[in-house]
Order: sequence, then structure tokens, then C-alpha cells
Amino acid sequence: MTQIAPVPAAPADGPVPSGPPAGRSGSGNRTLTYLRYVAGKLLGAVVSLLAVLVTSFFLFRLIPGDPVTQMTRGRPISQEQLDALRLEFGLDLPVWQQFLDYCGNVLTGDFGTSYQFRAPVMDKIGEAVMPTLLLTFTAFVIYTALGVFLGTRSAWRHNSRGDKVNTGLALVLFSVPSFWLGLLAIIILANGVGPLPGLFPTGGMETGEEGLDHVLDVAHHMVLPVLTLVAVDYGQTLLVTRSALLDEMGSDYLTTARAKGLRDDQVRTRHAVPNALLPTMTLIFVNLGRTVAGVILVETVFSWPGLGSLFYQALSVPDLPLVQGLFFFFAATMILANMLADLIYPLLDPRVGNQ
Amino acid sequence: MTTNETTAGGATLDARKLTRRRRRASAARFWRQYRSHRAGLAGLIALTLLALVALTAPLTIGAEVSDVTTAPGSPLEEPSGRFWLGTDSFGRDLFGLVVWGSRVSLLVGLLAAALSVVIGAVVGITAGHFGGVYSTVIMRITDWFLVMPALVLAIALATVLSRSLGTMVLAIAIVTWPTTARLVRAQTLAVEARPYIERAKALGGGHLHIMTRHVLPNVMPLVLAQTTLLISSSILTEATLAFLGLGDPTVVSWGSLLQDAREAGAVSSGKWWYVIPPGIGIATVALAFTLCGRAVESVLNPRLGVSR
Repeated sequence: MTQIAPVPAAPADGPVPSGPPAGRSGSGNRTLTYLRYVAGKLLGAVVSLLAVLVTSFFLFRLIPGDPVTQMTRGRPISQEQLDALRLEFGLDLPVWQQFLDYCGNVLTGDFGTSYQFRAPVMDKIGEAVMPTLLLTFTAFVIYTALGVFLGTRSAWRHNSRGDKVNTGLALVLFSVPSFWLGLLAIIILANGVGPLPGLFPTGGMETGEEGLDHVLDVAHHMVLPVLTLVAVDYGQTLLVTRSALLDEMGSDYLTTARAKGLRDDQVRTRHAVPNALLPTMTLIFVNLGRTVAGVILVETVFSWPGLGSLFYQALSVPDLPLVQGLFFFFAATMILANMLADLIYPLLDPRVGNQ
Repeated sequence: MTTNETTAGGATLDARKLTRRRRRASAARFWRQYRSHRAGLAGLIALTLLALVALTAPLTIGAEVSDVTTAPGSPLEEPSGRFWLGTDSFGRDLFGLVVWGSRVSLLVGLLAAALSVVIGAVVGITAGHFGGVYSTVIMRITDWFLVMPALVLAIALATVLSRSLGTMVLAIAIVTWPTTARLVRAQTLAVEARPYIERAKALGGGHLHIMTRHVLPNVMPLVLAQTTLLISSSILTEATLAFLGLGDPTVVSWGSLLQDAREAGAVSSGKWWYVIPPGIGIATVALAFTLCGRAVESVLNPRLGVSR
């Protein structure tokens, strides 16, 4: 009837992991199928890592001039010194030779030397990993739990007032820039407004306490960054959980569960939620990219001494080896996280490979 | 879900007239359904108002508001009758700057989303239409982009290229097109499986004819919804890049205002009037586009359950 008629079925948004092909019979066959699936995913991850390697090498060759001119910009330097530096960095070699050297260096964990810190990039990354992991992991656990909890509530009573408030708030926080929320948190909760005293430190990770006090001190410093990360990221989990559960709502097995006399809570927590959580889980991993973005900004705003702050320091110079190293590190982490999600998924979902 | 193309009825009518009538009818139906989404309507109204403000800014505010040399006030004044939101670190009128900044934020957001959607649609349609090795290779590249943390890639691109609005648009488009490409490819495959495509081929329609006259119109609604959602994330990315100091240093945008605020110490000294307005601007525009996008999406694809 119309040109603008919607065509059914096009929900393929993002790399939703496709389960391994279903094994026809026997458990031995299934194991084999799973192994083949694992091999495929591993190969895919290796190809992706190679692509990252190629990108990070050539991307940073796009800059006008070569790294040496970039490095010595604004400093008096003779042509001989320039040539010596070029020789030292191997810039006189053909591009493919440079690329092979780069690959070899990366494989041995050598990402070059940071311009501004005069220290190996790998050391700087190593120092910053733990603070970032601590922050990310804490926020991840809290926002996932919160998102799943609120999303379940929302879907179970969908179209209720509570659902509308929930999804509305999630959408609003979804549209708020994370760094701005961090700045607001500092103004209101760290500086104090009017009669409200400053409750939390404005930035950093510790003030130099020892022992148990040190743990409490770090926890105290963590409150605002974690709060900001949770606020900007729980909405996504909420919406994904909500729509996954809504898909299950009309299912026959829920009617059966009710018919055999289970209470509403039991139907929800024992039957509906476990099934809805499976698609949710993979999407949570796919959405880790958003969390990485959030971490970079939140760390910058709160001067949290992690990878995000390091990235910010590197790109304001710009300290190219450090930017390049962190770029590779972030991308590789994402690829590995996605691979893990792909590998775990069929183990968690007994329906996959069992039909 | 409506199966369409009742070709028999068109025999007596001029084909072009018929097409036009159908388009008008479906547009009217679309609008009727869209109207019933209250959140989407609110988003649309907010966007219309914001667009008006941004478009009339040269008349109401004037470009000289961002000029540092003719700043009318002293640095970091508090809000007053003269400066409604106080002044920035150069003594410029913050209210004017926030209004003026909306132009850059909207412009970059719209351009980046448009570029990204064009790339995504072309890649998606060709990959879906031709299939084979071409499709495999293209989809591998797309998947790889999807796995990358988008912001990190955008930051890396903005760092190595020159600081300008063009770079910003390019960096955002490069990291966002793959989602559209995947979506469009899936839709293209669904459309091409329909009998009328076979009929068109039998009548001698070439690749270009099928892709532009049959596939594209059917993919358009989806692309439209995707664009609206993309604009929202593009505006957020633009603000983020500008906040990190990767924007065009000569241009005032909401992100760069927040960066200035942070560097001027407005955050630690509690100058909320410097920090709050640009952020509200970003959040309002992003939210409005998201609401519109979700409404369009749920009108076109009721199965999504966005508003159930």
C-alpha cells in the first residue's frame, strides 16, 4: 500500500553473538561443536587484534611530519641531531620494515618511550591499571545490579507509573554527558552548597593514610567517581533488561508457572528473570565500550590516577607513543572482553547446542 | 508488517500520481501514529524551539559575543541584570555564549550523523545487495569497528588530525557508521527476499535501479529512526571531544565552554552558573533527539516494544 511500509525483522543492532550451530545428537558431538565454535571465536579475536595493530601503526603515521619533528617542535635543533634521532627511532627504514619492528615490539610489551614522562609507556600503563580496574569493577558491579533490578521491576509492571519514572530517568541520565555530571557532583557534594558541607574529596585517590585507614580513604575518594559512572551507565542495563524481560512476558511457561500456583514473585525470580538475563548478559559486555568512554572522562574530571587520566594527559601534549599505547591497550581489552562473552554464552544457555 | 504493492489498482491511474498519493497517505498515517507518542511529541517541540533559537542567534546575539577582544564585562562576574548567567574567564557574556554554542553543537551533531548515515546506508545496501566476498569483507570491517571502543578511536583520530570542525565531524562519522551499516544490511536482505524484487529483475531492472528504486525507499524509515538516535550520540561525542580539548580552539561550543569552565577553576570555586547551563543544553538536545528517535522507531517497528 505504501512506500514507507516497515519490513519485518531487522533487529540486528550491534554484534550480538550468534550461538554455535546446534549439534544434532550426542554429547561428544556437542563438545566438538563447541570446540569448533571456540576455535572460530579465537581466530576472530586474533584477526581483530591484528587489525588493531595495523590501525594503531598507520593511524599515527597520518600526522603531518614525522614523530621526530613532532617531538622536537619548538626546540632549536640541528639537522644532524634530527637525522640522528630519525636513525634512533628507525624512521630511515622502509615502512614495512618499521611495521614489522612495531609488531615485534608490541608482542614483547615494548610500546616505546613517553615524550613527557621520559619513561617506558608500558610502565606508565602498568602503574595506572589497578586504579582503573578498581574503579571500573566497582562501578560495573553496582550499575549492573541496579540496572537489572530496576529493569526487572519496570518490565514486570510495565506501563505503570513506576515503570514510566524508571525508564524516563534512565533516558535522561543516558543523555547527560558523564563529565558534566561529574562536575556537578564536585560542585554539590565535594565543595558543598549553602548549608551542605563538602562531603567528599574533589579528586585524587588517597591522602596518604596507612593500613585500614588507607582502605577507607580510597573508598571515600571513590564514592563520587563511582556514583557518576553508575548514574550514566545503569540506564543502558535497565533498558536492555526491561526489553529482554518484556520479550519473555507472554511465554507459555510463565502461564504454566502461575497455573501451578506459584506466587508472582516466584514466577518472576525463578522463571522469567533467569531466561531474560541471558541476552542481557551478552549485551552488557557489548556495551562495555560505553563504560570505557565513561571511565576516561570520569577519571579526568576527578583526577583519578588511572588509565583515563593518563590518556587525557597524553592527548593534551600530544604524547604520541603514550596515546598509541593506550589506544592499543583499550582496543585489545575490548576485543578480549567481547571474546570472553562469546565463549561464556553457550555455556550459560543450555538451549544453545541442545536442540 | 503490511504487505503492499497492489499493482492491479494502479492500471487506470497515472503511475506518478499514484505514487505521490500513496506517499502522502503514508506520511499522514505516520504522523497520526507519531502524535500518539507523548514523549516523542515533547522531543519534537523542544527541538523546534532549540532550532529556532540557534537559527535566530545571529539576529538576537550576534557573532561578536565570542570575540575575546571586545568582551563587555570583567572576568568571572556573577549573574546580574546585565549578564544573566554571569561572564566567562574572558569577561564574555555567558548567556550569549551558551545560545551561540548551540549552533556549533547542533551543526556538528547533524553533519556527523548525516555523513555517518550516508556511509552506513551505502555500505549496508551494497553489502546486502551484492553479497558474496564483497559482503563478507565489508562486514568483517564493520564488525571490527563495532568492537572498538568508539570514543577511544574518535579521540585518536582527533588527536592525529588537525583541530577543526571538519575533523570532529569526520572522527564522529568514522566511528558511528558501522551500526547503521549492519542495520541497513539486515533490512536490505529482508527486502530483497520479497517477490517484487524478482519481478523487477525479470523486467530488466539493473543493480542500481533495484538498489535505489526498490531497496532504498524501504530502508529509508529505518535509516530515519537511526539518524535521529545518532544525532543524539554525535552531539554527546562532540561535547566530549571539545571538553577534552580536541575541538576547534577558535569555535565556541557547549563542550568547549565546559572545558573553559574547568580550566578557569569554576568547578572548585563553585561557580555553578558557568557549569550548569552548557550541560543542560547538551542534555536537552540529546534527550530530545533520543525521544524523537524512539518514537519514530516504535511507530515503524511496533515489535520493538519501546512504548508497550
